[in-house]
Amino acid sequence: MATEEGKIDPMYQFEVQTIFEGFSLGGQQIALTNSAVWMMVSVVALWLFMLGGMKRELVPGRWQMMVEGFTGFIDNMMDANIGPAGRKYAPYVFSLFMFILFSNVLGLLPVGVLGLHPFTVTSHLTVTGVLAILSFSIVLIVGFAKHKLHFFSLFIPDGTPLPMIPFIFIVELLSFLVRPFSLALRLFVAMTAGHILLKVLAGFVINSSNAGAGYGVLVGIPSFALMIGISALELLVAVVQAYVFALLTSLYINDAENLH
Amino acid sequence: MPQIDQIAATYGSQIFWLLLTFGITFFVIGLGMFPKIQGTVDARDKRIADDLEAARKANVTADELEESYRVKMENDRSEAQALVEASKAKASAAAEKRKAKSNADIAEKVATAEADIKARASEALKEIESVSAEVAQDMVAKISGAKVTKAAALKETKAALKHG
Repeated sequence: MATEEGKIDPMYQFEVQTIFEGFSLGGQQIALTNSAVWMMVSVVALWLFMLGGMKRELVPGRWQMMVEGFTGFIDNMMDANIGPAGRKYAPYVFSLFMFILFSNVLGLLPVGVLGLHPFTVTSHLTVTGVLAILSFSIVLIVGFAKHKLHFFSLFIPDGTPLPMIPFIFIVELLSFLVRPFSLALRLFVAMTAGHILLKVLAGFVINSSNAGAGYGVLVGIPSFALMIGISALELLVAVVQAYVFALLTSLYINDAENLH
Repeated sequence: MPQIDQIAATYGSQIFWLLLTFGITFFVIGLGMFPKIQGTVDARDKRIADDLEAARKANVTADELEESYRVKMENDRSEAQALVEASKAKASAAAEKRKAKSNADIAEKVATAEADIKARASEALKEIESVSAEVAQDMVAKISGAKVTKAAALKETKAALKHG
């Protein structure tokens, strides 16, 4: 983690490192990076988790209960936000939610203790941006396929006075177009900020301890106590951000599915 | 911030791997496993709903059975009551009849006995009268020497007996 002598860089954790050179595609080097490895770890962990819920017993065991809790959670969310038509989007929103949740939580695991380099996939704008664009594309495709050009009436709320329509239209259109950015930025910023804060506090602990026992007790111990609290908070943020991403996606799909 | 600094160099690989891994997530887990788990939950919910419905039906049937049983019980009881009532009435009527008959018998017997007693009493009285008349006739003849006819003696005796 330490890059220079006595200096700890809290941003180092976000660096994408190439493990294997891979191949070139359209001028871009498609390398196997630590980011790619953690994505795969997320998928494998998620697959293993889901496999435990595939026993399909009438009376579920603990593991099956847990998996069914997650599927039921997404099912209820789709049902509450979109209605009966939401069921066909449930696989996508479920994949989104679980992928983000597993990436967030796996990035928080203290695997650094084992000498591994933890990396949070969702702390990269590229990743959250692609996921946001995916969700936004689904909204656009569903909206225009279902309502044709009538989809633009989404930007005119009911009961808008006639002279206000052009202004309201522009405002609503802008807020609509901002959606993928807000979706991507929210997750990216929440993940990045929390991890930086944890690393900065960890740096305090190390540097103050290096400076002497007195500093270590005075600065290191409170910082460490704060880290414990913030780690719990970060775990909560990891879950909440995955939930928010899925919830907003379902709300946007609801706009496309049911207009108003 | 490496996320921004490295974006030009790494976006291709990140997008590639994300689409690959998220694609696997969506197709294998989202489309493959998720509906199966959903199906399991739905089947269980349906099973529970069906079982509850069956239990409700069974409950209704049990209630009906109990009701019919209760009604039958009620009928049987009233029938038995009526039967008891009827046989009681019949028995008491028979007893009444027998009692009346025996009363009549007894009365008849008493009447014959009384008639017998009366007849015997009057017979005895006649005997006493004739004996007393004879005695009176003899006494008159012995004392006064007058001859009294049997009829007159009888008449006198009867009058005397009547006065006590």
